[in-house]
Amino acid sequence: MAYSDKVMDHYENPRNVGSLDGDEADVGTGMVGAPACGDVMRLQIKVSEEGVIEDACFKTYGCGSAIASSSLVTEWVKGKTLDEAATIKNSDIAEELALPPVKIHCSVLAEDAIKAAITDYKSKQ
Amino acid sequence: MSVTKPIYFDYSATTPTDPRVAKKMCSFLTMDDGLFGNAASRSHQYGWDAEKAIDEARNNVAALIAADPKEIVWTSGATESDNLAIKGVAHFYKKKGNHIITSKTEHKAVLDTCRQLEREGFEVTYLDPQESGLIDLNKLEAAMRDETILVSIMHVNNEIGVIQDVAAIGELCRSRKILFHVDAAQSCGKVAIDVDAMKIDLLSMSAHKIYGPKGMGALYVRRKPRVRLEAQMHGGGHERGMRSGTLATHQIVGMGEAFRLAKEEMASENERVRMLRDRLMNGLSDIEEVYVNGDVEQRVPHNLNISFNFVEGESLMMALSDLAVSSGSACTSASLEPSYVLRALGRSDELAHSSIRFSIGRFTTEADVDHAIKLCHDKIQKLRDLSPLWDMYKEGIDLSTVQWSAH
Repeated sequence: MAYSDKVMDHYENPRNVGSLDGDEADVGTGMVGAPACGDVMRLQIKVSEEGVIEDACFKTYGCGSAIASSSLVTEWVKGKTLDEAATIKNSDIAEELALPPVKIHCSVLAEDAIKAAITDYKSKQ
Repeated sequence: MSVTKPIYFDYSATTPTDPRVAKKMCSFLTMDDGLFGNAASRSHQYGWDAEKAIDEARNNVAALIAADPKEIVWTSGATESDNLAIKGVAHFYKKKGNHIITSKTEHKAVLDTCRQLEREGFEVTYLDPQESGLIDLNKLEAAMRDETILVSIMHVNNEIGVIQDVAAIGELCRSRKILFHVDAAQSCGKVAIDVDAMKIDLLSMSAHKIYGPKGMGALYVRRKPRVRLEAQMHGGGHERGMRSGTLATHQIVGMGEAFRLAKEEMASENERVRMLRDRLMNGLSDIEEVYVNGDVEQRVPHNLNISFNFVEGESLMMALSDLAVSSGSACTSASLEPSYVLRALGRSDELAHSSIRFSIGRFTTEADVDHAIKLCHDKIQKLRDLSPLWDMYKEGIDLSTVQWSAH
């Protein structure tokens, strides 16, 4: 299967790979997917007192499209408020990366990861 | 993108046609060579020449499996051979019984054919292999009934390369007067086959897995005691009525030549290929958390199926784009189901999703293997640095205790 240039770029040079301390009150962690399905994403956000995402990072076990989707959303959520970040749709991700139909679930997972991270952050406040 | 082609490590998927085979095939096509005739034309030289070439190919194919040339039926490939053997026997012997036994790790050409027969009213038992990939003979015997008409077990598994003890299975089937079909697409030219000694009644073969052309195969059908088949392809009554259609002389000649070369060179080639495979296996064995899938001893020399835990197979294949390999992960398919073969061995989903099959062949070099080893070391480290599962493993978390949100 041929990957789009954007997927290849994120895959070859993933942005914001890493971890934040999930125990900190200003960090939200979203872990979605399952090893049995072949993809697990962990997205973490660090939120300022004003409710703005000032840092984001990820680690992903999964195919190239899953890695690219999560890499892309770390770029997108940075500088956004929680409410803004929550409006990111999987279709935006799929469109940006030109994902083929069999890879749409990767973008769904990335959207879920954002929502899960936000939920986790809010539950700590 | 690199300009050079990736190094080929997928000989179990298909092989390049050997140049000696291709050269011979080319001489059976054009007017200039004059060997394009229809073997069924009995009235002129063109037909006789084609028939002679086909007879020679039939002898070569029969010789590799110690059969009589009259027992070889040409087909379009192992998939057709499997269909003809299984449906042909089922339809012919349905008054005798309606039960068939096979295993869960068979090729889809066997499994899907059996599913079709189930829809037609036959009963099929799908045996679970052991963790090694090998069939438990006791389980096989226990599954046999009075109504069992056919056992279909592959000789060598396409994904994990394990070699079944077909002689023991043949013995068991013969003692119960049950016909025994063997899918030998992956074993011809790799493992010695003797259809009499192994008590095999039907055996499927493919040309393109052993340096012959694609679109060409054969089915061995035992004559003594005679095995009957209901034809699946009707027409001119070719191949003693079992498979009609004008014989593809150049394809058949190619298969014959490939099988002749295989018989001649099998011993030396196996030794060379085994050396390369072991070099690859040893070179990868110092990576943490690697698992060889399938029995290591009872295995063809050219196959290495290996799981790199916590790294997903498809992303690994992307990382290894310099290498043409295949993966047991099925992220590319809509189903998201990992390899059914690895699952049937009891491998966890994670390990099945993390598997890569290397298959080595006639044109693989030591330098190819060394390049692959280095690349795997580099890329697996890179992907593990990206993997949350690897983090969790390093933190000592047992992944089987985690509540995952399946999707």
